[in-house]
Amino acid sequence: MINQASKTAAIENPFLPEPARIVRSYHLIEGVKFFQIRIVDIEKALSFRYLPGQFVMLSILGIGEAPFSISSTPSRPGMLEFCIRDVGRVTNALFALKENSIIGIRGPYGNGFPVETMQNKNLIIISGGLGVAPLRSVLLYSLDNRDLFKDVTFLYGAKRPYEMIFRDEFLRLSKRDDVECLLTVDHDDTGTWTEKTGVVTSLFKYLAEIEPGETYAMVCGPPVMYKYVIDELLKFKIPKHQILMTLERRMKCGIGKCGHCAIDYIYTCIDGPVFSYWDVIHMRELI
Amino acid sequence: MKVIKLEKKKLIPFLQFISQERELWAPVKKNDRIIYDLIEDFTCIDMNTTRTLLPPKKVIIPQQFNMFRVTGLGYESDYSHAVKKILFGIHPCDIHGLLILDKLFMQDHPDPYYIEARRNTLILGLSCWPDEHCFARSTNTHIIREGFDLFFTDLEHSYLVWVGSSAGDDLIKLKPEFFEQKPTDQDIQDFTYMQIERDTSYKTKINFISMPDLMELKYNETFWEKMGRACLGCGSCSMVCPTCNCYNVIDRHLISEETGERRRYWDSCTLCEYSEVAEGVNFRKNCADRLRLWYTHKMQAFISKYGKASCVGCGRCLLTCPVDINVLTVSKSLQGKDVYAYWNRLPREASDDKSSK
Repeated sequence: MINQASKTAAIENPFLPEPARIVRSYHLIEGVKFFQIRIVDIEKALSFRYLPGQFVMLSILGIGEAPFSISSTPSRPGMLEFCIRDVGRVTNALFALKENSIIGIRGPYGNGFPVETMQNKNLIIISGGLGVAPLRSVLLYSLDNRDLFKDVTFLYGAKRPYEMIFRDEFLRLSKRDDVECLLTVDHDDTGTWTEKTGVVTSLFKYLAEIEPGETYAMVCGPPVMYKYVIDELLKFKIPKHQILMTLERRMKCGIGKCGHCAIDYIYTCIDGPVFSYWDVIHMRELI
Repeated sequence: MKVIKLEKKKLIPFLQFISQERELWAPVKKNDRIIYDLIEDFTCIDMNTTRTLLPPKKVIIPQQFNMFRVTGLGYESDYSHAVKKILFGIHPCDIHGLLILDKLFMQDHPDPYYIEARRNTLILGLSCWPDEHCFARSTNTHIIREGFDLFFTDLEHSYLVWVGSSAGDDLIKLKPEFFEQKPTDQDIQDFTYMQIERDTSYKTKINFISMPDLMELKYNETFWEKMGRACLGCGSCSMVCPTCNCYNVIDRHLISEETGERRRYWDSCTLCEYSEVAEGVNFRKNCADRLRLWYTHKMQAFISKYGKASCVGCGRCLLTCPVDINVLTVSKSLQGKDVYAYWNRLPREASDDKSSK
C-alpha cells in the first residue's frame, strides 16, 4: 500500500513555535522573574509587530506551552520582555532555564489596547500586583509616544514594598513631571517606604479633576480589585466603554480553535483579552 | 449533479478497488458496538447501521495525534495523521457535522492539521433510515446536497449514486463498467416514495427557532443547577458529538532520547479542569456553568454566527448521557416543558452528597 501523509501542509502552520533566546533573566521579586527574549532570526525579531495588551504563546521544548502577556513596548522593537510568576509546570521549567537557553514563541495574539483610538485622550493605568505585566507595555508605549496622549496617570499597588514589581523603574517615573505616577503598598513593614500606603483605590483621592469623556482607564490586577476600582472610575463618570481591563483564561491555541478561553459566545484569545466594562455588563462570566 | 446507478452486489467490489491506495474507513461491529474503523475485511462493513458510537470526526481528527516532533533543533510539524483515506457509509447528518467543523477549523485562522486530513479524505455518503432518537429533520440536516464526493442512496436492489465532486467522478472512472449511466423512471419513482416515507419517519422533533433567545432568557433557571448536580462531568457528550471541536495540547518528553512530542487530544468543556488556570483558579468549578457553556455554544453562539444550530440531530447525546442531559431534554426545559429525565428525578439528598465531595 502506497499511502504517505504529506510532509508539509497547504498552509503555513500557525502553531509552529519560532526559536527565541532568553537574553536576560533575573528575579524582580520573590517568585516573579523578568525575562528578555529575542527571536533568534534577526529579521523576524525586528519585524515582530504587536500592540500593548497582546500576548504570545511561549513553549519550553518537551514541557509545554502557555500564554503570557508582553510587558515590553512595541515602540522598542527587537526584544520582548515578560514578567512571569512561577506557578505551574511551564513556568517552573522556564524559571529553571539559564540565560542563552532557547525557547519557542508564537504570536502575537489577542486584540490589545486600542492605542489609536486612545490618541489625544487622558490615560489612567491602574494595576495591582502582577497585573502590572500587561499594563507596563501600554505605560511605556505612552511614554515613548508622549506627545500622542494627554495626561498619563499610573496607579500601582502592591502588598509590601519588596513585593512591588519593577519598583526602581517606577520610583524613577514618580520623579518625572510628564507622568503622574502614584505607588502604594498595603503595609510597609520595612519602615523605609517613601511612597503611599493603603489599597490602590486609596490613590484616587490624589487625582486631579478629569474630563471623563476624554479619558480611558485600563485596569489589571487580582480578581478582587476590579469591583472596587471600577466603582471609583464610575464615580469619575468615565464612560463604561472607556474602562478597559485585560483578562486571564486557559488557552491552548491562541486562534479560537481549542475552545478553552470561550466566554459566553466569544473567545478571549481573539475577541480579548482586552474587554471594556460595557462588555462585562452585557456578557456573562467575564469577571 | 450527476446521478448514476450501481447494482448492490457491485458496491463492495467497487470499494475494494478504489481503496487500493487509500485507507477505507467505514462502520463495522466491534465489541458489540458499531464504530468507524479501518476496513480490512470488506464483507464486515455494516451497511444498515443507524449511527456509530463516535462520529466520523475521529477519522479526520483522531482522538489523539502528534502535532510536532520536538528535537534539540526545535519543532517539526507532523502531519502523519493525514494519510489518504476514504470515509464510507457516512450519513447526511454526519456530513453536515463535518461541514460545521469545516466552518470552525477552515475559516478565520485555518487549522492545517484539520485541513490536511480533510483534503486527503474522500467522503462517500450513504442514505439511512431514522430511529426514534434521530431528529435531523428538526435541524434540517436529514438531507445533504454538498460536502461529499459520492453519495449512495439505497433503493433496495441498487444504489442511486450522486457524484458530488470531480474527485468523486474520478473514482467512478476507475470502474465505469460497474455503473449504469441513467436511473430508470421506476428508480426515480422509488426514490421519491422513499424520500416521502423517510421524511415522515422522524418521531423526535425539536423546535430550534427560539433557542438563542431562550438561552439568554432562561440562563438563570433552576433546571441548570439540577442538571449540574446530576452531571458526572465525564465529557461523553462531547466525545460523541459530531460538532464538538475543543482540544487539549500536551507535551511528552521522551527521557530515553533528546526528543519529545506535542500531542493534541479531544477535550470537553464539561470536564472540570477545562477552564482551570495557574494556581488552581477555575473559572467554571460548577458543573451547571460548564453545561451552560456547552449549550450556549451549540444553541446560541453558533446560531448567532452562522445562522443555524451546531447540532445535526444525530441523537448520539440522547443515547450516551448516563443522566439524560441532552439536546432534547435541555431544549424542552428551555421551552418550559416538563421533562422526564434522570437529572430531573434525582432526589435532593443524593445530590447534596455529591456536591459536598
